[in-house]
Formats: sequence, structure tokens, C-alpha cells
Amino acid sequence: MAGIVIIGAGHGGVQLAASLRDEGFDGRIRLLSDEPVLPYHKPPLSKSFMKTEDTPLQHLRGESFYGQKDIGLERGCEVTAVERPEKRVICGDGRVFDYDTLALATGATARRLDLPGEALTGVHTLRTASDAVALRAALPGVRRVAVVGGGFIGLEAAAMLSARGVQVDVIELAPRLLNRVASEATANRVAAHLADAGVTLHLGQTVRAIAGRAGRVAGVQIADGTLPADLVLVGVGSVPNDALAKAAGLVVENGIVVDELLRTDDAAICAFGDCAAFPQVHLRRRLRLESVQNATDQARALAKTLTGTPTPYRAVPWFWSDIGDLKLQIAGLADAPDSLVETRSEGGELKSVYALKAGRLQVCETLNSPGEHMLARRMIANGVTPDAAILRSGNVEEIKAAYLAATS
Amino acid sequence: MITLTFVEPSGRRREITCEPGQSAMQAATQAGIEGIDAECGGSCMCATCHCLVLQSPRPLPAPESAEADTLEFAAEAPQATSRLTCQITVTPELDGTVFQVMGR
Repeated sequence: MAGIVIIGAGHGGVQLAASLRDEGFDGRIRLLSDEPVLPYHKPPLSKSFMKTEDTPLQHLRGESFYGQKDIGLERGCEVTAVERPEKRVICGDGRVFDYDTLALATGATARRLDLPGEALTGVHTLRTASDAVALRAALPGVRRVAVVGGGFIGLEAAAMLSARGVQVDVIELAPRLLNRVASEATANRVAAHLADAGVTLHLGQTVRAIAGRAGRVAGVQIADGTLPADLVLVGVGSVPNDALAKAAGLVVENGIVVDELLRTDDAAICAFGDCAAFPQVHLRRRLRLESVQNATDQARALAKTLTGTPTPYRAVPWFWSDIGDLKLQIAGLADAPDSLVETRSEGGELKSVYALKAGRLQVCETLNSPGEHMLARRMIANGVTPDAAILRSGNVEEIKAAYLAATS
Repeated sequence: MITLTFVEPSGRRREITCEPGQSAMQAATQAGIEGIDAECGGSCMCATCHCLVLQSPRPLPAPESAEADTLEFAAEAPQATSRLTCQITVTPELDGTVFQVMGR
């Protein structure tokens, strides 16, 4: 038996290999990574990994794990083609791996700006270990950084850089931060937090070009003029790594198209994580999510399906972002909510935002309120919406009592 | 040398040696302890590194509010000895501590 070949050893690929063994799969597992390093946690790259020059990567599992579990981890293995009739994958170095089942966990790549000056020395993205190593090596001596993009990665990096004493400008195209991922109230609290930390925000601004001098970045041109910068970090989202699937003739539409069991239109091939466009059960439409939770929970569901228990993917999405010492956590997905309930801490700062649609809790965003986040995940998963008055109190004990009363 | 013991969900006991400064979760995942997924990487976010402290020669530092709140409101009801091991820093005082891994 050729077994299961997993392309991609990020959070999702590694979890699938681990969960397959947990579910009792005793066939062959090959886990192909195009990176040279042991698979690692991505979220710390913008935070703890930057703290000192020799902070190591935080590995997802120790090296011994792969041997213990008989998982054939192949590093530095770039897959160049999937040959579906022969059920095999071809690697750039000539290696060939046969499969019975192929799982595509190819992830996503940082989106480029496609602007003049992007190839200058000193223009960085931050998604992989090699990106993080390059950024960290470039930081000593840098006094001023322009961050292009006001999403999670850009803002985490802005807070980290500001804490190092670097002067930071954030340039965001939308009129506010976190435009696609959080409510306006939450975005405003994050903006205030960053401004307090000394970060300068330029909202509703288009980057026209990256300016350079002698091959090195010198600044970022926006409508108001040029912001000087020794380094530019571009954090404007990502694009799914679906070229391999497309070349193999699989259906691709902003990601590799899969059904609720994460199967592509080829019965022997599945796809999950950042690279896959799946039917999201709460929104009832196909979408692609980029998060650790999405990758690992899909991996767990897929492991069950591949070991004989078909398991549609139905988990409540959750996200988090540590922006300096502000912990933003989001449970659920917003889909045109019709009412918002905001709660505040004793100090009067925004603590949480509950978004409801037709009286039903859809999303909860919390700021430094981790217990409330955990509770919201359970409420959304079980379809429980406490009275707005109880939510508005922001008292987590009361909300929990209402939840328990509704589920008992 | 600091030694921690983890009792895996299957009941298997494993002693591991670890470095001061890392978290108990990091030490456990590096050693391939079963049942600790630690998918958030130590951000006190996922509760997949939940363990019970079965035995500790010296009392562990009390959990901070983020850890206590996450445990209190996570799906699995916490017990008096519940901890998120990502929030426990390995120090010489921890030597000899025994954890029960909760698993999923």
C-alpha cells in the first residue's frame, strides 16, 4: 500500500499526520515539507521569535515525534507535479512518491503589492521561518519601519517593533484597521492601543511606490508625501498555494475547492487549511480561512474521515492576535450582523463586542478577556444566545449562568 | 537537570528532563508527550495543553488571571489542580512535578 501523502508540513499537515495515528491509521504516512527546518509554530514568528537574535523556532513537535509515530517527514522536498492517473507526486529533486490518498495542505503565500520598488533591499514579508530569519537579521540598526497593511500580521509586527524602540508607521488602504476581520469598535480600541505605544497610523492611504536609494529602501510614497523608512514590512494578506492543484486539473476558485468532507473533485485527493475553499457551515457558503484553528480542526476531521468515520467539518472558527500586550480573540464569523452589543472593563475600555444576526449570536470579539472568549466559543457552537441585557452586563459569570441554564 | 513526569492519557508515565526558562508545554511537546497538541503555541488560547498537577514537591506559582479564566470557561470543567502547561515556566523548583495529561 502506498498510503497517505501529505503535501505541506505547516500546522495542518503535521496535525493530520498526528491525528491519523491517533485514529489508528497504521498505513504509510509521508509528510512532505518544502522547507529545510523542522515544522514550526507560525504565530510566534512576529512576536517571541523576534525578541532576541538567537531565539529558536518553536517546533510543532519534537524531532523524535516523527520517528515515534512512523511519520516519514521529508524536508526540503518541493513537489512540482501531481500525476493523478498514476497516483503519484513528483518532486523537484526527482523523488517520486506514490499515494493511495493525497492530502493537500499547501498553505498560502504572502501577497505582494506589485508596486515599483518592491524588489529593493529592505522590503520584507513575514509568513515563513525564512521570512522571519531575514527580518530579524535586518532589524539591528533599523530606526524607522513602514508597515504596509493594517491586518493581524502588520499590527503584531508594529507593536513588536515599537517595543524595540523603532519608529513605526502603519499604512492601511481602508479607513480603519482590521477591516475584514473585526468590528469597527474593536479596530478603534486596537488603533488607540497602538497609538499609545507610539505607532503612527495612516488610514485610508494608498501606497503608490516604495522609494529607494542605491538599491535599498528609503521610504514609502503615499498621497501625503514620502514616509522615510529603513525597512518596509508588507502585510497585505495572502494568496492560496493552489497552483499545483490547478496544474493537476482540480477545481480551483480562490483556493482548492472541496466539499464538507474536505474532498476535491478527485476521490483520492483532499485539501484543507489555508489552501482550501470549503463550504462553511455557519455562513452556508464556500470560503477560505487562514488560521491555525481552521487548519488543525480540519486536519482532525479529515483524519476521522480517512479512517472510516466520515466527519463533515463544522467547527466554530476562532482567531487570535497578540498585539503587544493586547490580546484580541475572535470566536465565530461575521456575516452582516444586525446588532452589536459592546461591553466595557471597569476602567471603561472596550472589553468585548457581541455581534448578533436575527437575535442569534454570531461573533464575539474580546480584548484581554480570555475567559469570555472561551465561553463565547461554546455558546456559538451550541447555538445559545443569552438575553442582550445579560450580554450587555459583560459579567462573564452571569453569561456563563445563562449559557448553562440554556444547555442543561 | 530538571525532571518532570507526564502521565499520558493512555496511563503511560514518561519522565522528561528539561531546560529552565522554557514552558512545561514546550518541554512536553519537544519530548513527544501524547495528548498535548498545544496548537496555539503557548498563547493561552486553546487549552489543548491542559494537565492536572498530580504531585509537586513544592507548590507551583499560582495561575495568572488569563490562565485561570481560560480554564474556568473552557469546555472541560477544570479541577482544583488544573493548569495550562504553556503558562508554567520550568524552574529548578519544579523538579519532580508530576502532571496528568487531559488530552482531547
